[in-house]
Amino acid sequence: MPEVTLVEAVNLALGRAMEDDPSVVVLGEDVGINGGVFRATVGLQKRFGPERVLDTPLAELLISGLCVGMAAQGLRPVGEIQFMGFIYPCLDQLVNHASRMRNRTQGRLTCPMVLRTPHGAGIRAPEHHSESTEAMLAHIPGLRVVMPSSPESAYGLLLAAIRDPDPVVFLEPTRLYRAAKGEVEDNGEALPLDRAFVLRDGRDITMISWGAVLKETAAAADALSDEGISAEVIDLATLKPYDEDTVLRSVAKTGRCIIVHEAARTGGFGAEIAATVAECSLASLLAPVTRVTGYDTIIPMARLEQHYMPSVDRIVTAARKLCQFR
Amino acid sequence: MGGGIAWSESVASNRTNQDLPVIARFDVRYRNYLAPDGSINRPLPASASDAKVLIALYRSMVLVRLFDRKAVALQRTGRLGTYAVSLGQEAVSPGIASAMREEDVLLPSYRDNGALIWRGVKLEEILLFWGGDERGSHFSGPTNDFPFCVPVGSQAPHAAGVAYAFKLRKEPRVAVCMFGDGATSKGDVYEAMNFAGAHKLPVVFVATNNQWAISVPLRLQTSCETLAQKAIAAGFTGEQVDGSDVLAVRAAAEEAITAARDGNGPRFIEAVTYRLGDHTTSDDASRYRSPDEVQAHWKKEPIARLRAYLVGQKLWSKLDEERLSAECNERIEAAVEHYLTTAPRRRETMFDHLYANLPEVYAAQRRELAGGHDA
Ligand SMILES: Cc1ncc(C[n+]2csc(CCOP(=O)(O)OP(=O)(O)O)c2C)c(N)n1
Repeated sequence: MPEVTLVEAVNLALGRAMEDDPSVVVLGEDVGINGGVFRATVGLQKRFGPERVLDTPLAELLISGLCVGMAAQGLRPVGEIQFMGFIYPCLDQLVNHASRMRNRTQGRLTCPMVLRTPHGAGIRAPEHHSESTEAMLAHIPGLRVVMPSSPESAYGLLLAAIRDPDPVVFLEPTRLYRAAKGEVEDNGEALPLDRAFVLRDGRDITMISWGAVLKETAAAADALSDEGISAEVIDLATLKPYDEDTVLRSVAKTGRCIIVHEAARTGGFGAEIAATVAECSLASLLAPVTRVTGYDTIIPMARLEQHYMPSVDRIVTAARKLCQFR
Repeated sequence: MGGGIAWSESVASNRTNQDLPVIARFDVRYRNYLAPDGSINRPLPASASDAKVLIALYRSMVLVRLFDRKAVALQRTGRLGTYAVSLGQEAVSPGIASAMREEDVLLPSYRDNGALIWRGVKLEEILLFWGGDERGSHFSGPTNDFPFCVPVGSQAPHAAGVAYAFKLRKEPRVAVCMFGDGATSKGDVYEAMNFAGAHKLPVVFVATNNQWAISVPLRLQTSCETLAQKAIAAGFTGEQVDGSDVLAVRAAAEEAITAARDGNGPRFIEAVTYRLGDHTTSDDASRYRSPDEVQAHWKKEPIARLRAYLVGQKLWSKLDEERLSAECNERIEAAVEHYLTTAPRRRETMFDHLYANLPEVYAAQRRELAGGHDA
């Protein structure tokens, strides 16, 4: 099987979906001849023509709103927003229309659209290019919020997202676009949505994370295992709706839970998981549920951004502390 | 003849259409003084007959070009982040900024370095910004000017707000908002223009039409013949200028800013120019446009054009040019040195300026960060 980067896996999935289903349409700024600013759509316009791979005017609200209209007409639009910092104009369409079209019309109209965007910091990008505001999207009922963490999951989850009958926001970890490599077979096989993936079995502590920062989480698990602490690592993958079952089952086994995310702490998605664990697993908890997150500040520009990110060190320190509770 | 219904109706409706009165007609003017070879097309406006003004404009254009070149070199060697060059469109920034007063407010886009520099922002501050240091936006120069706006077009509503404040306080000041052609596709820009028109606000919108929004050409952005006509829908005048003719940009800006200051409401200026370089240092324009196209536009570029005119007028010599390059390079080198030797802030400063008074819960996070110093 060929080794591909995460962004190449996205490209493979888009190509496969368009090949398999003529109603799939890709749209966004620079997605055509330029192949997207990250090259996620490279070659697609050549293969499928400018009507199915559409360079839109520079207007994010338009992109998301077009998707709603196309989707209601039976197309399967996949919109690209160049950076998460520019997704905010789409919120009106996502909150007021995409997420509730099915509900409002009692199923008469539906909205099988995907909105893809790069997510997160760590690439030394200019202002507004490093957002990780997934919690905001995960708060919207009727939406799905999905975030892959590897080329394999990018391929499989994106295919699932495109085939899903409801609107999906697909957040791609920018930091891993080229850094993550893996073997991906372009066989058209989707991975399940709404399901967390246990990346590593462990006994002593459950570590839950998603997207790029799983890299640090996994490295922390490695470091802990050298100290004799066995960590279970869970890739949440779908944040909305998230797989409580896998999380609770793991915590029941380990008795300890750390949630790691890059987004700012307050109101972050970690809070949601912590609340669920507190509500449902109090009896099995040996230690307080803990979060390791970005700080409650604007993600700093390049010179300081690495200090903002949850580091392996911070995760290990937090895990050690939890393991002192016996 | 049968006189089928379809036939008679279509004739009738054609006739009625012709009979309908025209209730409004609009036109869009185009302004240009300097031809690409530096010759003059029409009598110059007053400001442009002042040699001092001409030379100041020329100097600032050259400074921006050399500064851009240096910034790209820094980026290529890993010492600066992504950077947006203004190669080929250097006439716009000084043309606009030179028509402003200090007390006016500039709301620039990320590519308007030249306007900031004209208004007194230091070169090292611009480098700091693109180098990923927030202190670059705490710049010298008019303290009310807005920082670079990276999201496309979202500064336009701010400009309307700024202008509203001027109007409310009856201050003879003007907001000047700059953005690209792509930005005119955004609701933000239209919403701002619409409000500014409805309230006759003292604001000038400037679209630098460099023909491309990254890889998307103007014809995929809009089917309007001009961007200037977008002002018509908002109820005010839009004018197109040759954006590679700094004299035209300056004259249009002067007129628009004066009109706005005098209470005559907003104006829109479309400066038609061309981006000769890549969109940013992370872009490769050869993916989406031909060398022929770019080459053709090199023949119309703004610096050579003004230089040809100045030389023709005996206002500029080879020696002047050499002196200017040396002077600019010296200034740029000093700025680079300053930038490179500016130590990063301490990590906990990411909490500074988050709130006027940092809430205690976040102060604790700040302390946590400070505790992490490698002593
Ligand atoms: C709201 C928003 N969407 C997307 C981007 C990414 N982006 C940066 S510049 C650019 C093209 C802008 O074109 P234009 O407005 O013509 O200005 P120019 O860059 O040509 O000066 C795009 C799409 C952005 N910065 N902001």
